[in-house]
Amino acid sequence: MVVTVGSAIVALEAREIIYGAIGLAGSLFGVATLFFLLNAPYVAVFQIAVYIGAVAVLILFTVMLVRQEKWSKELPATSGTTLAGMVTGLAVVLALAFAVVDTNLSQFSTVVNGATFVDIGELISTGYAPILLVLALVLAASVVGALTLSRADKEEPSQ
Amino acid sequence: MNSLSDFVLVSAMLFGIGIYGLVTKRNALRLLFAVEIMINAANLNFVAFGQYLPFESGAQLAPNALGQTFVLFSIALAAAEAAVILAIVVVAYRLHKDVDVSELKSMEG
Repeated sequence: MVVTVGSAIVALEAREIIYGAIGLAGSLFGVATLFFLLNAPYVAVFQIAVYIGAVAVLILFTVMLVRQEKWSKELPATSGTTLAGMVTGLAVVLALAFAVVDTNLSQFSTVVNGATFVDIGELISTGYAPILLVLALVLAASVVGALTLSRADKEEPSQ
Repeated sequence: MNSLSDFVLVSAMLFGIGIYGLVTKRNALRLLFAVEIMINAANLNFVAFGQYLPFESGAQLAPNALGQTFVLFSIALAAAEAAVILAIVVVAYRLHKDVDVSELKSMEG
């Protein structure tokens, strides 16, 4: 848990943005270990495969593509913005934390759900099959959109 | 140590860090990091509640995978979203040589 939260802070506060990307990967990995702790290994493996295998690598490539030297020397945002951000974040965390502590959530101390990947597969392939299909369309559309965005821009300067 | 409230508290902390990043940062990539962190907080909540408080069908406690299934869909959706945002970042960098969102004035109106 410490790894998860600490890496999330590193992801946002590291001076060099490439270290931030690595910190984000660490945070995602921490969440995956929490999924393992929650007795949800399928989701954890899916998280590692998709996030660390695909998204983190994609982010790393983009960072290398658009990285600029001046970012590392750039001063952080104005102190007013930083203060506002800290106050907002802390307010949200405190409100949620008090709400959680006030309830009796801590009495649930054992994982009672014994669902395995068989149940997940059953749900995905029967009741939620339409969602799966729509999700496939969304993924295809997003890939086509991303390719179109970066390709149309490449053609323009050459013409 | 491993009660439901611990996971929910970690999720709340991640969410707060994400909000802090969204408010503070000006770099488009940092904003993407913050959004990803917040999505992960939501996913963690889904799985935690789904594993500790399974759906009661009638009287007996049937194992069900609803929370995990939703998180699988959510992860796939987040991956698609990240791909599109990164493409937009690359295009913005080619046009402006910068990914500072406060500099992208030409996107206005």
